Amino acid sequence: MLNYTIRRLILAVPTMLFISFVIFAIIKLSPSDPTAGLPLTIPPEVREKIREALGFNEPFIVQFFLWLKQLVVTEPLYWMNQKFGTEFEIGQRMISYQTRSPVLDLIVQRIPQTLWVVGTSYIVGIIIAVPLGIISAYKQYSVFDQIGTFISMIGFSVPTFFTGVLLILIFSVNLGWFPSIYDTTHVVDSWGSFWYQIKQMIMPVMVLGLFNAAQISRYMRASMLDNLTQDYVRTARAKGVKEQTVVLVHVLRNSMIPVVTVIALNLPSVFGGALITEQVFQVNGLGQLLILAIQGGDVPMVQTVTVIFAVLIVLFNLIADVLYGMLDPRIRYD
Amino acid sequence: MSAEVINKEDGSRAPAGEKSKAATILKVSDLKIHFPIHKGLFRKRVGEVKAVNGVSFEIKQGETLGLVGESGCGKSTTGRAVLRLYDPTAGEVIFEDRDIAALSAEEMRATRPRMQMIFQDPQACLNPRMTVGSIIAEPLVEHTSLSGQQRREKVMELLEAVGLNADYVNRYPHEFSGGQRQRIGIARALALDPDFIVCDEPIAALDVSIQAQVVNLLEDLQRERGLTYLFISHDLSMVRHIADRVAVMYLGKIVELSTVEKLFDDPKHPYTQALLSAVPVANPEIEASRERVILTGDVPNPSNPPEGCVFCTRCPVAVKKCFTVPPVWRELNPDQFVACHLVE
Repeated sequence: MLNYTIRRLILAVPTMLFISFVIFAIIKLSPSDPTAGLPLTIPPEVREKIREALGFNEPFIVQFFLWLKQLVVTEPLYWMNQKFGTEFEIGQRMISYQTRSPVLDLIVQRIPQTLWVVGTSYIVGIIIAVPLGIISAYKQYSVFDQIGTFISMIGFSVPTFFTGVLLILIFSVNLGWFPSIYDTTHVVDSWGSFWYQIKQMIMPVMVLGLFNAAQISRYMRASMLDNLTQDYVRTARAKGVKEQTVVLVHVLRNSMIPVVTVIALNLPSVFGGALITEQVFQVNGLGQLLILAIQGGDVPMVQTVTVIFAVLIVLFNLIADVLYGMLDPRIRYD
Repeated sequence: MSAEVINKEDGSRAPAGEKSKAATILKVSDLKIHFPIHKGLFRKRVGEVKAVNGVSFEIKQGETLGLVGESGCGKSTTGRAVLRLYDPTAGEVIFEDRDIAALSAEEMRATRPRMQMIFQDPQACLNPRMTVGSIIAEPLVEHTSLSGQQRREKVMELLEAVGLNADYVNRYPHEFSGGQRQRIGIARALALDPDFIVCDEPIAALDVSIQAQVVNLLEDLQRERGLTYLFISHDLSMVRHIADRVAVMYLGKIVELSTVEKLFDDPKHPYTQALLSAVPVANPEIEASRERVILTGDVPNPSNPPEGCVFCTRCPVAVKKCFTVPPVWRELNPDQFVACHLVE
């Protein structure tokens, strides 16, 4: 398993290079100008100088490798200098076109919000989905199953920008229960502020959680149904094992194999897939950062955030494969 | 002494007479299992598949009752219902004076150690994520208070009893061949020292060379442990080899039940005759010249069985009465039951 993991990680390097190259090419093909967002009073010569200073006029391939060098050499060295007090020579850090501050600093600032809101919603989604899937499958075609299927279909098919706005309309505008905007500067230091934190998290978490739960519960249900009719379940019943053990040990353990894989594969969407929801609730996380960067033609920012998503996807694919091997004794990688 | 002599002269009757003295371990009377069919937008119940439609038989302590019939006739369903793996729609399954069909879930669970099952598909019936050791030990955990060490010893003992290496405990089912897996299934069934085992086509999924080994193993275990078998199969020659008495099923009903000798030498029911004539004879000269009863048509849909005798649509000798009046289940001779109007 270790050898397999290492081999996969090594193979991931060319994959990542290729992905980042394609992303870079696509971004560069789009006719964006890093100075477009600046005030119109800036004369063209100055604009040209700004472009020059940003390295925007270099050949495409040079720009790509400069970016790559900044990401894999400069930034880690800078980080080590900060962390361990070493004094490596570092060049220019990667600068955001929009804000003129280092790209990675901005990303690091945004990650906690995303992890808090989107990560919680993913966990909430799983907590809802797994029991829902189990009960739906065990009582297939019951009223519970029908309602569960209906809710899953809604969660699946209604986009988050709709459910988000709908929730804001109902719970913030009409009922006034929850704030409509997520306040990132809010500090939790007392029970009251903790309660406020929960209140402001409920809506974005539920919007994303419902969406995730819809998907996972469908997988859970299908996988349970697959396994419930297997012969080994009948064997377990014939052994005189308690019904609870039959379902929760024999069936659930086998059913979790595909579900765990789906959960792991979807995890990168915790970072990327929440773009819209973060926008709706004004959570200044990674998704919002990416959208603003796209609007501002901020090439290094868009490139870096997208590549981080790509890294996560490749990484979680590997994790899913390794998990598969751990969960299913029939699969061995060595 | 004299009884033994008579037994040798009249081999066909002696075992039956002997068996009739033994206690009845299982008595099934008028068992029915109907599966509902749901259709349409609101999944309304539109009918039912009458998988088992009024089946009665008895099994005596220590004997093997063969249950034969073609695919879909309800053999396996009967076997599963006897162990209450399906809830019967009607009828009684009396196992040692208690009606299995009426027990509560918890009472049933407590009865399970006494009655076990060996399944048809040795791959599918073993949980792929459990080691062989834990598969066999699970009933012990559930129903006994053995310590971990005692359980391990018991598991190894069982593996050896079925002819497997005791070192295999930590392997997973997929690492074994079909015959080995079936042995694991048998070891698992034996773990709680049951009295009665339903063998649901235990050899159908196996290689012919392995079939004999598994059947011999089942026979050895029966001798050593005094087991009672309900042996479900569509392999008539294997049933002839292992069973004491044989029941022939067709479309959810038993059409004939008698000792293995009587059934194979003198089949009464037209369906049994047709079934037996399908078994090839080893001698090519006889095989070339013998007459076969070829049944035409298909088995009727079990959700809508014929009004009279279930076999009337395909019976070569059916008369008018067969289409309207269901034949009575009657004892023609001692230990020879048949359901047919035409048999005298």
